[in-house]
Amino acid sequence: MQWYWLPEYAPKFVDGLFLTLQLLGLSLFFGMALAIPIGLVQVTGPKPLAWAARAFCTVIRGTPLLIQLWLIYYGLGSLFPSIPGIRESFLWPVLRDAFPYAIFAFTISVAGYEGEVMRGAFRGVPRGELEAARAFGMHPFTVLRRVWLPRALQNVFPTLAGEMVLTLKSTPLAATITIFEVYGVGTIVRQETYRIYEPLIFLAGIYICLTGVIVLIFRWAENRIPRTRAA
Amino acid sequence: MDAILGGVNWELLALSPPGWGGNLLRGLFNTIQIALGAYILGLLLGLGGALGKIYGGPVLRWSLEIYTTFIRAVPELVLILLLYYAGTDLLNQALEAMGAERVDISGLAAGIYVLGFVQGAYATEVLRGAMLAVPPGQVEAGAAFGMTWWQRHRRIVIPAMIPFAIPGLANLWLIVTKDTALLAVVGFSELALETRQAAGATKSYFMFYVIAALLYLMLTLVSNVVIRWIERYYRRGQPELS
Repeated sequence: MQWYWLPEYAPKFVDGLFLTLQLLGLSLFFGMALAIPIGLVQVTGPKPLAWAARAFCTVIRGTPLLIQLWLIYYGLGSLFPSIPGIRESFLWPVLRDAFPYAIFAFTISVAGYEGEVMRGAFRGVPRGELEAARAFGMHPFTVLRRVWLPRALQNVFPTLAGEMVLTLKSTPLAATITIFEVYGVGTIVRQETYRIYEPLIFLAGIYICLTGVIVLIFRWAENRIPRTRAA
Repeated sequence: MDAILGGVNWELLALSPPGWGGNLLRGLFNTIQIALGAYILGLLLGLGGALGKIYGGPVLRWSLEIYTTFIRAVPELVLILLLYYAGTDLLNQALEAMGAERVDISGLAAGIYVLGFVQGAYATEVLRGAMLAVPPGQVEAGAAFGMTWWQRHRRIVIPAMIPFAIPGLANLWLIVTKDTALLAVVGFSELALETRQAAGATKSYFMFYVIAALLYLMLTLVSNVVIRWIERYYRRGQPELS
């Protein structure tokens, strides 16, 4: 085991870590924002919308994230330049960069998986609670905001923690489309130093720490949820 | 728009060499082979791991705990590389120690071993949960009949735990079929890598990736149908799940 390369590459690893966290945070934020309506329309929405949401979840969950990522980056990315005038437009700097494609791919992936989780969560809230809220004369959106969504999220909290770890573990795929997050930095080290195991073990350690942090945050948050325990 | 419409060039999908259809199908075949092999290996490791976690002594239990925790906390891409290098190194060292020649491990065998090892960690947890869900009274009844440990497990625990394990195991199958795509990153020629080569050579990136996605989707949908059959068979006589 030789670790002489570590100080030299440490700043790169810090940058990479920051990119990883950005990928994770942004895709979880946008993904959950999409997952809530996707789950909701499958439970109460009009038939065509429910059907579309269901099809979306099936397609996303039925194909590998790597293929989705490559389809979006290489596939869509190769179509954009053929649109006339796009190179001159303000969008071009965004479309040329790999990062937005990665965020987009991870976002729809999170939306697909979490949409399915939220569907179960919304369905699992006892009807009596929703009826009680309606009986108080709450507007449907107020019911959603005050009762349905909080109760649904509370029930799937442990599942969401697991899903967040899965999302973290899929961020290294971004390295295949030239984004040098932590895993990407690790591959650079491997190529430049010809060390096989040390960079990989270092990466594994980083991911174990990140997973541990996520688990701890969720455990802390879970304990803050008031719940009546069955006596 | 031209690129989208012009992208669907059916000649590129012809099965014989100027077209890439044959390569894609070969990739799909490799993917299914690796997935099946890895799944079976994962099930065996999982069964052993679950028994070890339930009945093992402290050393065995702790090593299994480290195995499942480590595998489940580290990204598959890192694991694939680590296990690939570590596995081939160890094998070759062992062969040299025995005085045999070094060998090159085929991509297929390496893929099966690497993904199987990863699957084993998840399968351990699924099977352990399912085993613990078998009512202890049934196992005790078996013991009261004078069945040996092995008979109790073969006749009672394993058949009775299957209904509890099926949802988790079905999930693992769907995960492993998609995880095979990660092997493309280390250069095994399964569906994802064949697709990337075809896309790169013809420049019809969009079309080829859509087709690969459709092939994976088909695999998932067919699996879902089979899983439903299996579940109906093993859950017969039990109340329907909502």
